[in-house]
Amino acid sequence: MKPKPAKVITTRQPDAPAFSVMLGKEITDHIRSWRFIVLLALIVLTFIAAMYTSLSNIKPIAGNAQNPDQNFLYLKLLTVTDNTIPPFHIFLSFLAPLLGIGLGFDAINSEKSNGTLIRLMAQPVYRDSLLLAKFSSALLIISSLFIVLTLLMIGTGLILTGVRMEPDELLRVTGFVFITITYVAFWLSLSMTLSIVLKQAATSAITGIGLWLFFTVFYQIVVNLILRSLLPDPSQLTQEQAIRYNDVVLNIMRVSPNQLYTDAVTTLLMPSVRSLGPLTMEQMAGAIPSPLPFTQSLLLVWPQFSGLLAAMTCCFALAYYLFMRREIRT
Amino acid sequence: MENPIIQLTGLTKHYGRHLAVDNLNLKVQKGEIFGLLGPNGAGKTTSILMMLGLTEPTAGTATVCGYNATRDAIKVKKKVGYMPDSVGFYDHMTALDNLLYIGRLNGLSELQLKDKALEVLDTVGLADAGLKKTATFSRGMKQRLGLADVLIKDPEVIILDEPTLGIDPQGVKDFLALIRKLSRQKGLTVLLSSHHLHHVQQVCDRVGLFVEGRLLAEGNLENLAEQLFGKQGFVTSIVLENDLIRPWVHEPVLKAWDAINDVSYHGNLVEFSCNRNITPALVRFFVENDYSILSVNQKNYGLDDIYQRYFETETGKSDYNKTA
Repeated sequence: MKPKPAKVITTRQPDAPAFSVMLGKEITDHIRSWRFIVLLALIVLTFIAAMYTSLSNIKPIAGNAQNPDQNFLYLKLLTVTDNTIPPFHIFLSFLAPLLGIGLGFDAINSEKSNGTLIRLMAQPVYRDSLLLAKFSSALLIISSLFIVLTLLMIGTGLILTGVRMEPDELLRVTGFVFITITYVAFWLSLSMTLSIVLKQAATSAITGIGLWLFFTVFYQIVVNLILRSLLPDPSQLTQEQAIRYNDVVLNIMRVSPNQLYTDAVTTLLMPSVRSLGPLTMEQMAGAIPSPLPFTQSLLLVWPQFSGLLAAMTCCFALAYYLFMRREIRT
Repeated sequence: MENPIIQLTGLTKHYGRHLAVDNLNLKVQKGEIFGLLGPNGAGKTTSILMMLGLTEPTAGTATVCGYNATRDAIKVKKKVGYMPDSVGFYDHMTALDNLLYIGRLNGLSELQLKDKALEVLDTVGLADAGLKKTATFSRGMKQRLGLADVLIKDPEVIILDEPTLGIDPQGVKDFLALIRKLSRQKGLTVLLSSHHLHHVQQVCDRVGLFVEGRLLAEGNLENLAEQLFGKQGFVTSIVLENDLIRPWVHEPVLKAWDAINDVSYHGNLVEFSCNRNITPALVRFFVENDYSILSVNQKNYGLDDIYQRYFETETGKSDYNKTA
């Protein structure tokens, strides 16, 4: 047999796979960083606590024939609570932003203050590769985290109860994971934008956390405060006016990504939720308290989902715009 | 003559109303070591960034290795290694890992990457420190690693921004010697900026003087002085035994000489500023007229004087404007 001709070693590959190299490096950095370990611990602890309460309370609820959602054991696992702690998805609406902010707040400005950004930019790589690598690496990690948690949840549920999972449930849980990832991605792109605009990593972290606190805690209070002083007292209104009043309040509330997320996942995880707004008695008349099919629930949350996606895309586009033309110097 | 490897034509950069670089024209030939000399804020770094396409010029073009640096930045960056003035590394990674990362970004194949990285580490004298984290590196070591970082991609041109900043004198000497050696061995073109005259003097074939965004003069050290001082380039001062009495009878005679631009005297010191070297003729004149000469001093302007005159004091600059 003739020996194979020696492989010709080329100095340069035709197209430097800069993006995948950067992605690999960013993922390694994330995984090895203390920050990620802390965030991971936080999410895992939340998950365990939520699972523990839901598992210990699942029996009476799953056995309750009056409950229209009683067949969805795995959805129950995610939503049932004995009111000592909030259910997992509500917990996540608080914690997921922290995950996004934590992974993105120093994406660009720490590279800049370290003096590594200019060194990177002097290499034959496109600028957007860096931004995209930073974003995708964090997103990839978060996605794996949530997918792993969900699979763990399903596995545990299967072992402990032996109940088969309905296809509808699987779709709903997948939808929940997907929306959660989008929600984190929104906060991630927001914090990356902040990391481009603000020169100090600390300032950008504080600003990110400030925004997070504002939307989760203060936004509702502020909106209620302002609306109460501007709009008439709802108790004096006719039913129609009251509905319109409620619509206004809800729409203003929906500016908060927090609200969008909570609405979306609540509808997906509780199949009996039929509307995100108020329903009149006429609308409810004749309705049987039964779960909605998955497609109907999805239809119901589609505006919320696309809202989150749009917000994320806007932030990311802004980050691109700011970063691409910026002069980089030390 | 072959095409210059770096060619800047009419390069201009405004920051708002501030003019950072003003109509810069410069050619650097292959294999040359060119020094950009100028005080802080003269626009050296901005010019360098424009050569790498890291910032867009307001007007003019920068052509490096035959590519337009603004439009074909990626192609330029493939051939140009750039070391910024405060070079930074990923502190949590070892020196070798930092190098490997840059090598991968440049599309070097995995097969030879590690050997190449070890080789450049050896070249810059960091062979022992390759597995240390860069957080523990001293400034001088970081500078060397920065050079390794530039060399790993086999560049044609190396651009070093203030490479000698913050290193001790011995370190500077070694570093510059290394740059010179590399340039000569591999035929690399080197462009380095500095505000430190002596460093530039040590290695550069040609120097460009950069003040307030303008290139004041360029050339090798000898003809720089000539360009800058023009006809006042040669100053001869003669110290006599006895004080001269004003008005000095020979002053009109000497002033009539072609080569002499100006004569000044006070006490026993006479100074001539001339457009060529006429020291022997002057001495002969004094001897023939029975003056006793104590000493003759011929002053050649070095870069030092240029530096003193233009960079270090604001008054120097206004002096220059007056004389110009």
